[in-house]
Amino acid sequence: MAGTEYGMSFDIAAVRRQFPILSEIIDGRPVHYLDNGASAQTPLAVIDAVRHYETTSRANVLRGVHRLAERATEAYENARAEVAKFLGVQPLEVIFTGGCTAAINLVAYSYGSLLKAGDRILLSELEHHSNIVPWQLLRARSGVEIDMIPVTEDGRIDLTKLPRLVTSRTKLISLAHVSNVTGALLDIRAVVAAAKSVGAKVMLDGAQRAPHGPLDLPSLGIDFYAFAGHKAYGPNGIGVLWGKPELLDAMPPFMGGGSMIGRVTFAETTWAPSPRRFEAGTPAIGPAIGLGAACSWMQALDWTAAHDHEMALVQRLMDGLQKVDGTRLFGPASLQNRYPVVSFTLDGVHPHDVAQTLDSFGVAVRAGHHCAQPLMDRFDLDGTTRVSMAPYNDNTDIDALLAGVAHAARTLR
Amino acid sequence: MNDQLYQDRIVALAKAKTGAGKLDAPTKSARRDNPLCGDRVTMDIKLDGQGRITEIAHQVRGCLLCQASASALSAVAVGRDAAGVADIRHDAERALGRESGDPREPFTAFAPVAAHKSRQECVLLPFEALKDALS
Ligand SMILES: Cc1ncc(COP(=O)(O)O)c(C=O)c1O
Repeated sequence: MAGTEYGMSFDIAAVRRQFPILSEIIDGRPVHYLDNGASAQTPLAVIDAVRHYETTSRANVLRGVHRLAERATEAYENARAEVAKFLGVQPLEVIFTGGCTAAINLVAYSYGSLLKAGDRILLSELEHHSNIVPWQLLRARSGVEIDMIPVTEDGRIDLTKLPRLVTSRTKLISLAHVSNVTGALLDIRAVVAAAKSVGAKVMLDGAQRAPHGPLDLPSLGIDFYAFAGHKAYGPNGIGVLWGKPELLDAMPPFMGGGSMIGRVTFAETTWAPSPRRFEAGTPAIGPAIGLGAACSWMQALDWTAAHDHEMALVQRLMDGLQKVDGTRLFGPASLQNRYPVVSFTLDGVHPHDVAQTLDSFGVAVRAGHHCAQPLMDRFDLDGTTRVSMAPYNDNTDIDALLAGVAHAARTLR
Repeated sequence: MNDQLYQDRIVALAKAKTGAGKLDAPTKSARRDNPLCGDRVTMDIKLDGQGRITEIAHQVRGCLLCQASASALSAVAVGRDAAGVADIRHDAERALGRESGDPREPFTAFAPVAAHKSRQECVLLPFEALKDALS
């Protein structure tokens, strides 16, 4: 994956230079941004692409014949093509949504409307609320039932439980590709095999995987994939749903409005084909263009090197935390089949107090339940402190964090 | 280090754990959750014939600020009725800079939280639970 457009292979200093916010000084301290799982930072390439659209091509899409409208439409569709390339799929299979949550809701609503009372949806205990609640809403509407795959002690989805949970009534399995709490990577092959054995569809919530490099979705054997732009170095207010075309074509719209129709009369309206069927109204044009730029930025990075770098940071972090008395790592102990999201607790200190102390060291992390309350309940945790990394993080970020955790351990208990 | 929030007095209040625990046969008990951060406070109280608190105990599953506040509140709640507890809440609100005036002790300890809006609910949660228990 040699870089073409931004021409770079992995070089941490060069990567950092592309993120203006990383040179910000707050209260005399550099920014140690380790909350990438909540929202990543954005590179100049994205900022420039959005600015370029806003200053040279701003207009609505699909509707005008004037030249600005043509530029806007072209830029919007080019962004779709960039996203498609990043996912290894065809552009017309990519639907722009308001975010990852919106993409999951789209499937729960539109694909869900094809399901009947008694059909079963299979989720896991570690899902983000946005991959739980839409299915509960569907359950309330249509009487589908929800099953839950438990997690193992080390915070992975326990696939040994699959045979018991996947039945002929299971219609859809929807799971996090990577956990936003433990960083565990899903064994997709096992899930797809179990799903295929009963004809169920598979959806992956890729919110925490997409920010770590290009995908080849067709090779995974899945049916739907969702992710959020803002976690993948793109703007807010944009996300993506990919779906197999034959499934998308069979699904009714989620929202009605402009752009998603074939022909409207008061007697009857016909739907446009996907993706327009699912993009009612004026889309988030600038953010979509920004996400396209984020995807090409990611495409240009050497992810083999970047992943090694991220995992070296995980190792440094885990080694350092283990030296602080009373820290407990929550999640996989090894670096295999995981991504750079690390949760921990510090005995006798609440995660919010850890995070607040870290803030005074210039370190941004997330603390709390991470929108995964069922997982917290399973382990009887108030919450965890979560460190989530990106390729632009370096040893100074980890060391600042470790100093802050040691300080919290010394002063707050 | 610019660790303004966790000053010694707040940490000391939290560590003192005044009133931490449960009562055997509380007259009333109430639990409050903060859905945003997951903090949870349970307040047990015993009341006399005039509705005044004779004993108080709290269980906090939450951050240091919430623990410190529950501890401070428990230290001054005995002998007070609902109006008396509402009165000391003003001290907490003043310390947080949400009301004007000088807070009485021990709530001056919470003055550093005035600069941290996102954490103020942590301080007020024990008051909410006690208000529910008294109502
Ligand atoms: C695993 C996972 N799924 C879904 C989401 C929801 O993403 P968004 O809030 O951007 O729609 C998140 C974000 O926190 C996440 O981590």
